[in-house]
Amino acid sequence: MISKNKYLILRRLSQISIMFLYIIANVWGINILTGNLSSSLLLDFVPLSDPYAVLQMFTAGAVISIDLLIGAAIIVLFYMFIGGRAFCSWVCPVNMITDLSNYIRRKAGFNTIQKKQPASRKISYYAIVISLMISFGLGVTAFEFISPVSMIHRGIIFGLGFGWAAMVVIFLFDLFVLKNGWCGYICPLGGFYSALARFSFIKVNHDSDKCTECMKCKEVCPEVQVLHMIGKKSMKVLSGECTNCARCIEVCDDDALNFSIKKFIGERK
Amino acid sequence: MNNTPKKDQEKLSRREFLLNSARTVGLAGLGGLMWSAYVDEVTASSLLLRPPGALKENDFLKTCIKCGMCVEACPFDTLMLAKPGDNKPLGTPYFIPRDVPCYMCPDIPCVPVCPSGALDILSVTKKAQLDINSAQMGVAVIDNENCIAFWGIQCDACYRACPLLGEAITVEYHKNDRTGKHALMTPIVHANVCTGCGLCEKACVTEKASIFILPREVALGRAGNYYIKGWDKKDEQRLKNAKEIKTTTKISERSALDSLNDMKGILDD
Repeated sequence: MISKNKYLILRRLSQISIMFLYIIANVWGINILTGNLSSSLLLDFVPLSDPYAVLQMFTAGAVISIDLLIGAAIIVLFYMFIGGRAFCSWVCPVNMITDLSNYIRRKAGFNTIQKKQPASRKISYYAIVISLMISFGLGVTAFEFISPVSMIHRGIIFGLGFGWAAMVVIFLFDLFVLKNGWCGYICPLGGFYSALARFSFIKVNHDSDKCTECMKCKEVCPEVQVLHMIGKKSMKVLSGECTNCARCIEVCDDDALNFSIKKFIGERK
Repeated sequence: MNNTPKKDQEKLSRREFLLNSARTVGLAGLGGLMWSAYVDEVTASSLLLRPPGALKENDFLKTCIKCGMCVEACPFDTLMLAKPGDNKPLGTPYFIPRDVPCYMCPDIPCVPVCPSGALDILSVTKKAQLDINSAQMGVAVIDNENCIAFWGIQCDACYRACPLLGEAITVEYHKNDRTGKHALMTPIVHANVCTGCGLCEKACVTEKASIFILPREVALGRAGNYYIKGWDKKDEQRLKNAKEIKTTTKISERSALDSLNDMKGILDD
């Protein structure tokens, strides 16, 4: 049971302990990780900043400080070359809400009455473009003022207010409107990390010789389009939209999916 | 004969492409406009007091990354991050002086921790040293109608609470015309010294504070370029580069006297 949910437990541990570190910094002043997911300071020394927020600030016409530039560069380099889109499944607290929606969807059988999702996975990329246009036009960071992601992590650390409503909206939307709707279709922050993640080293590898085509992986995958090769071709899941959540690895009973390190060059679709 | 269906199909797919593109553009426009309208609305709040050293509101909104480091650094829990439901620009720091005023720490812990420069350390630095007295968070405004000192009741709570006692708030003596034999000792705020810390608002004894802090942009007027203090040598310097602006209207076509004596249009014929 534990080994079957090894990565899930690790992910929850990662998500919760990051929030916990922020909370103890705010409440008791234990400064291991201060700030929040928009911008933080690790061990009172290393700046870390949300690169998408910094990009919006730049298009809004703000003067970007050195701290933010370094912080955003560290995050970009980490996810671009190492983690892939791991932010979405290992850090972002919204993941716990959308995973719950998805779980209920599967268990209650909502997926059987709504098989097709009437939306395009490209919405998040359009949302990035629109957010930058609005930032430029209005001179404010467009997504940061409406982002349920920030509302929720900020709420957890600094006090929620009506932020719980944002949680409920995402929960209900994912449960009844669109499967994996927020994270998989709309969230421009997820889209931003997807665009970065194409080049990362850590990728899920599929061995089609071992695959029995039970399709359990496709059932749990929140970004099911990235698993187009299942049962067809042995290759790595190269799409940046894969969040490296490792649910597919866990549900596979045939050891046909595993983490791997991508070679620097030469492995493309 | 064989050519026609193929041509039709091509036509249809081209039509489909155009329709799909139109739909994408339309939906992006719809989303973008709604998004802009909402962002414009939520960032419009002007009655907001920012931490010391904050940039002008427009620049502040684009520069603040909403990380909450200033909130964490504040030892008095004065600063808060705007939550959903507060009706303030989401995630930005502010304070409500009647609840917790700014206690004017000499080391200004909230400003140097700001990673984005939205709290500008130079604006609270004087002679290479941090100087909280040069902060301009707002300005105190007195409601003469409800301030009991203006009724003739002796109260100098705000004057005593002011950290710049005798500079930002002074007390003036007048004759109490109602009794004819007592003095009115009324407070007066000097806007060029007042930092807007809000200790006076906190100390005010009336049920709802009769001295309160407003943002300087809201509370203060602007004389503009037309008026020069002739008794102030520095102000008179502005005349040096001044150019004469001559306005020509219909009246200036004739001599001034003729214009003055012209009764046309003034008297009924």
